[in-house]
Amino acid sequence: MPESRTTHTCIVEARGIWTQMGAAIVHRDIDLCVHANEVMAIIGESGSGKTTLLRLLLGLERPVRGTIGVFGCPLLDGNPGEIKRTRRRWGVLFQEGALFTALNVFENVALPLRELRVLPEDVVRELVMLKLALVEIDADSASKLPSELSGGMVKRVALARALALDPELLFLDEPTAGLDPERSTGFVQLVQRLRQELRLTVVMVTHDVNTLLALADRVAVLADQRLVSVGPLWDVVKIPHPFIRSFFQGHQARCEQESVDDFRRKLAQSRQAA
Amino acid sequence: MMDAKGDPALDDLPVQQDYAAQVRLQERQQELPRIQRRVGADGISRIRLSGAWVLRSLLPLAPRLRRQLLAHARETRAQWDMREVDTLDAAGALFLWRCWGRRRPALQLRPEHEAAFENLSATPIPLPMRAPADLLRPLEALGSRVFSLGVQIAQVVLLAGQLLLDLIALVRNPARIPWREISANIHRTGGQALPIVALVGFLVGVVLSYLSARQLQAYGANIYIINILGVGIVRELGPMLAAILVAGRSGSSMTAQLGVMRVTEELDALSVMGISQTQRLVLPKVIALSITLPLLVLWCNAIALVGGMLAASYELGIGFRQFLHTLPATVPIDNLWLGVGKGVLFGALIALIACHYGLRIRPNTESLGAGTTDSVVTSITVVILADAAIAVLFSSVGV
Repeated sequence: MPESRTTHTCIVEARGIWTQMGAAIVHRDIDLCVHANEVMAIIGESGSGKTTLLRLLLGLERPVRGTIGVFGCPLLDGNPGEIKRTRRRWGVLFQEGALFTALNVFENVALPLRELRVLPEDVVRELVMLKLALVEIDADSASKLPSELSGGMVKRVALARALALDPELLFLDEPTAGLDPERSTGFVQLVQRLRQELRLTVVMVTHDVNTLLALADRVAVLADQRLVSVGPLWDVVKIPHPFIRSFFQGHQARCEQESVDDFRRKLAQSRQAA
Repeated sequence: MMDAKGDPALDDLPVQQDYAAQVRLQERQQELPRIQRRVGADGISRIRLSGAWVLRSLLPLAPRLRRQLLAHARETRAQWDMREVDTLDAAGALFLWRCWGRRRPALQLRPEHEAAFENLSATPIPLPMRAPADLLRPLEALGSRVFSLGVQIAQVVLLAGQLLLDLIALVRNPARIPWREISANIHRTGGQALPIVALVGFLVGVVLSYLSARQLQAYGANIYIINILGVGIVRELGPMLAAILVAGRSGSSMTAQLGVMRVTEELDALSVMGISQTQRLVLPKVIALSITLPLLVLWCNAIALVGGMLAASYELGIGFRQFLHTLPATVPIDNLWLGVGKGVLFGALIALIACHYGLRIRPNTESLGAGTTDSVVTSITVVILADAAIAVLFSSVGV
């Protein structure tokens, strides 16, 4: 593992987060630190506030109490210019893709690149085609509108858009939901590859045990409005919490450290073979 | 020839004094892309790249780096060494690739960076095919608009026919009449529109009365102000004002509502449940608006006449009692029925057109905006056309 793991600098840092929606308290005193070049997965029951937590980390919502910093930039009270620069350093994949419905696939991916206003058009075109090739979208689909795409394609185009600026930090909300098993494996391998090339840090919300097994370095479990546990998969599985028990029902053996390593080795081999 | 090439990025940086700035400077230095060139004893130059070759760090330095790289790329025997490159993304790889002239030089690099060069093609990606300019294009556009107009009229007629069938079905089976939707629509399109209709009606009444009073005074025909206001407002202005306000206010919201339901696939959800879109969504709107608009017409008439009456008493000294007493004598009651009847017709037309455009919206945001605009413009135009037709047809009634 890279040396940055040992220094434990927090790329994403949330301290003492309390969130409230109407009268209901969503989060009670949550502390979360995502280290450089790790994949942090957030799991929890539906309605436990996973997506809300992700939106807090993105600065889309404000907590009642607490602080949030990304790349050392305070999102809640930082200066707007710095926050804007920070936003350019991350990519976000929304659960439903959130593609711009009035723009076609190509323009959706080109938008963040064009927004830099310095890249010549032919470079933009080539970069967009590279990103689309990365997520296995063929050139014929580049001129389609989002409404003409299948759900899985929407997700892949959204990923291409999230990767358009080659971010250092990637937020993924349910990345593999709605993908077929082959594509889902392809997605996992893509993230692994990007991680090595770009020293990517990933924060993801997921329900998929396979994705957890393949990618997650640490898992944060959100239940009863708190973070019940944060740690490697094989430690989290052992915690006697009813949600964790039901979530990993039948998968406990696969979550042992040796079998996780074995699973990842096999994935890496199949990637190299391909 | 120089032995070592200086760091391009460092030359630029201003001298920093304070500590925090120096820390930032160090951070930046680690991240900057760097080029170093050394010529060995054998005369072969070795070009060493290091640092971060990613979009963010390249952008500010791109022009200088490109010049250097292009110069180095001209040396055919140069050895490129990228083993000290920290991070390399697609943009960085593409940048180098273009400077190398789209081919791979003698190159050493880390295995994990190999993949970045895999997908780069030897030939530039061609521009998307653009259709050749067509001289007949404007003619074609005109023709397709005319046809589209025909198709849309046919669709509106179809929708009206479907509504009639739905209405007949509902009359046979009154338990299915969507009372709640109808009453909700009456409240939204009628009750909530009262203040704005009153304000506009009052002001138009005052202005019309004031302007006419000036003209009539010149001829000493003061008393005819009652005829002008009575016929003008009750027969024409009241229905038109109310219809235009409702088209802008309620027509647009109906189109937008149906359009968003298309975008969020709620319309499809209704269809698969076997619930008729026209019966559940369109019919209540059409019924509600053909009830509320005539009522709004009456409301608008009353307020506009009050406004006119105030201005007449102020300008011409015609008392309220005299005004109200003379009004029924000079304005035949047929004008009122005509105005209210127009209200019913306009209400149904506005709701029909709004729903037609709402159902036509395609699931994207641009279509939603364009559809709403089209809906309002068309319904106002149609209302005015219908009003003109009625004026001709009923020219002998009530005058």
